[in-house]
Amino acid sequence: MRLPTWLAQHLAALRALLVFTVLLGLAYPLALVAAGRIPGLADKADGSLVSAGGQTVGSALIGQSFTDADGNPVPRYFQSRPSAAGDGYDPTATAASNLGPESVVDTIATDPEESTLSLLTQVCERSKAVGELNGVDGRRPYCTTDGVGAVLAVFRRDGLTGPVTRVVSVNQVAPAAPFLARYEGMPVELAQPGEDYVAAGGLVTPIRGDAPAEPAVPADAVTASGSGLDPHISPAYAEIQVERVARERRADPAAVRRLVDSHTTGRSLGFMGEPGVNVLELNLALDRQFPAR
Amino acid sequence: MTVTTAGVLFILSLVVALVAVHKPFGDHMFRVVSGQRHSRVERGIYRLVGVDPAAEQTWGVYARSVLAFSAVSVLFLYGFMRVQNHLWLSLGFDPVMTHGAWNTAVSFVTNTNWQWYSGESTMGHLVQMAGLAVQNFVSAAVGIAVAVALVRGFARRRTGDLGNFWVDLTRITLRILLPISVLGALALMIGGAVQNLSAGTEITTLTGGSQTITGGPVASQEVIKELGTNGGGFYNVNSAHPFENPTRWTNWLETFLILLIPFSLPRVFGRMVGQNRQGYAIAAVMAILATASITLTNVFELTGNGTVPQAVGAALEGKEVRFDVSNSATFAAATTLTSTGAVNSFHDSYTALGGGMLLLNMMFGEVAPGGVGAGLYGLLVLAVITVFVAGLMVGRTPEYIGKKIGSREIKLASLYFLVTPALVLIGTAAAFATGNNSTALNVGPHGLSEVLYAFTSASNNNGSAFAGITVNAPWWNTALGICMLLGRFLPIIFVLALAGSLARQQPVPASEGTLPTHRPLFVGMVVGVTVILVALTFLPALALGPLAEGL
Repeated sequence: MRLPTWLAQHLAALRALLVFTVLLGLAYPLALVAAGRIPGLADKADGSLVSAGGQTVGSALIGQSFTDADGNPVPRYFQSRPSAAGDGYDPTATAASNLGPESVVDTIATDPEESTLSLLTQVCERSKAVGELNGVDGRRPYCTTDGVGAVLAVFRRDGLTGPVTRVVSVNQVAPAAPFLARYEGMPVELAQPGEDYVAAGGLVTPIRGDAPAEPAVPADAVTASGSGLDPHISPAYAEIQVERVARERRADPAAVRRLVDSHTTGRSLGFMGEPGVNVLELNLALDRQFPAR
Repeated sequence: MTVTTAGVLFILSLVVALVAVHKPFGDHMFRVVSGQRHSRVERGIYRLVGVDPAAEQTWGVYARSVLAFSAVSVLFLYGFMRVQNHLWLSLGFDPVMTHGAWNTAVSFVTNTNWQWYSGESTMGHLVQMAGLAVQNFVSAAVGIAVAVALVRGFARRRTGDLGNFWVDLTRITLRILLPISVLGALALMIGGAVQNLSAGTEITTLTGGSQTITGGPVASQEVIKELGTNGGGFYNVNSAHPFENPTRWTNWLETFLILLIPFSLPRVFGRMVGQNRQGYAIAAVMAILATASITLTNVFELTGNGTVPQAVGAALEGKEVRFDVSNSATFAAATTLTSTGAVNSFHDSYTALGGGMLLLNMMFGEVAPGGVGAGLYGLLVLAVITVFVAGLMVGRTPEYIGKKIGSREIKLASLYFLVTPALVLIGTAAAFATGNNSTALNVGPHGLSEVLYAFTSASNNNGSAFAGITVNAPWWNTALGICMLLGRFLPIIFVLALAGSLARQQPVPASEGTLPTHRPLFVGMVVGVTVILVALTFLPALALGPLAEGL
């Protein structure tokens, strides 16, 4: 029996797909899984697992949260970057924040559960917290001293132009004090939960403030990574944590600093990427050399 | 060394590597697609498939073979995902729901690899390696095969024959994609990419929390994801994930793999038409657009304009410490200039103009250098349009590589060009008209950018995302699936029809009045035509999105 051409064609297509599925979908990956059993490669193919005291405690490539059950940082450990993966560093729910560069207005609902923070406020909050934890200046441009985005909704008589009629600090609610007393002569109000000042016609106006252009808290300490699993922090973020960790462990800061240096990976071939400190491996080394008493 | 110097060296080293390999590698590809001898394995495959490798196909048969193979692939993949809970290595995941399975099946068959799902919580290992990763190979091979068929149209004379799709598919897969994938996967494994069948290792962290270290055949899928300009990540966070892209040098390698085939195909074109300089002219157009785009993306990201980047002190949200801003920006530009769509940083959090640049890269129709095969045929269509425009200016019959560009040819080229803008703009408008834009995470201009990015990415078969938008909904999965399908196969049909009508012609000898198509003048004109066509089409939409946000 001769099949009609169109059917013969689809039959050939199906056969081709099955052949390639066996070849490329089974033989190829499984051969590589087998190759991954070669000594020397096996540890890596299995996920670069690291152990302490006979227990597997993580992967050298996957970051962890060094926080207690309530989510507060454990001060004797170097802290990782913020993470948007699940509740933080969850490899089964990897994610980035996906918030944009002009995400600056919080949604403050009457029910605090429904409020969402803008990226700017998250950055300001983290900067303040990291500053306090490490005893450095946590101020940043466009942040209030109480750690939210310094953003005004400015209402003008003619919409975009004309004299200012009303000014609201959109990310601050009572009992905070407005970060700015007056703006173009008008007193600055606090936001009321549940109000949408942008929809009401207020012009979003971030205020730079007088924070230093190069804040003491480094950039990676206040931003979430793309993977949510970033195993590294910048050497600068490690540096501001050295004194605290040394104090907690009653160790010599210089010795801790040397340990940081030995866990810092530089650029590949001198020009690829940027240096980073592997936080999990550093903390493991600290536990070995300076066990907390 | 400063951050900028290191970033520039990263780009320069990629350029040097591509310049060094494009010739030997392009020559290898040329031999693969024009050779006549078949290996024993290949003959075995032809017997199993039931095709005669010596049989030549007309454009219609070639196109129907492409479509049949793709249709069967979509159905197979759809079924695979729908029954995954009954299969080996399903990790206990449920079957993928209907609209999601449709979207993903289309997405991987069209070389788009748009992902509405998180790999680590949706797809079992078997679906990933025997379903999705297989399409990573064959959809790439389809793209290259179609480009080769178009080039045969230029190279051949007075014939209807464009080669044999099944032979092209097999040879490209076995002789180009597979060997590099094996080597590349081993290299990535040396860097730390995982390759196992583990369902995950539950561990207790240093501070007593719990964490699941995921497993999977990742390295084998990662390498073809980049080499075939596919982009569908094993994990949700794609090449930002340390198990997919563990080190600074694997990041370089992955960027190189993304650009390798697209930048080597012009060499194949030059060899096949017997004039290497024609290939260099095409490569020059790609290189000019790519260099400009990579440079601008880096400048925008390193400058870090915008309120949040200014507050942070760098555009570091959504980026890894090991890649930092510059290498992330370079990867992002490479992935959107090709049809890859893999990401090692999150485009949604880019500066307004940096993100806008990525959007623009895709709007160029992905010709600089574009996806594997798709980039070459896209740019050849633009070259055809350019000789037509030039012909109008000087009042001569336009011709390219000795072939007359008559009314049939220019109609096909124009139809090719119109497909994606129509899909992007109609799709975006439909999302707003039906209120489905409300799933965007951000509001205002950035919200428009998210919707526009989604349709641009799907219609151009890129697959990267301004990931803030929630697209796991019936409307989105269906609409984007349609855009991916039409955005892939309508252009392919037009390209093959164009190839068919070119192959039938007797070449006209070059004369005094022939526009030389290998000179800088022509290169500049193709760049100009590309930029102007795209700008005219998309500027209004861009003005409402990234430009409104960034200026």
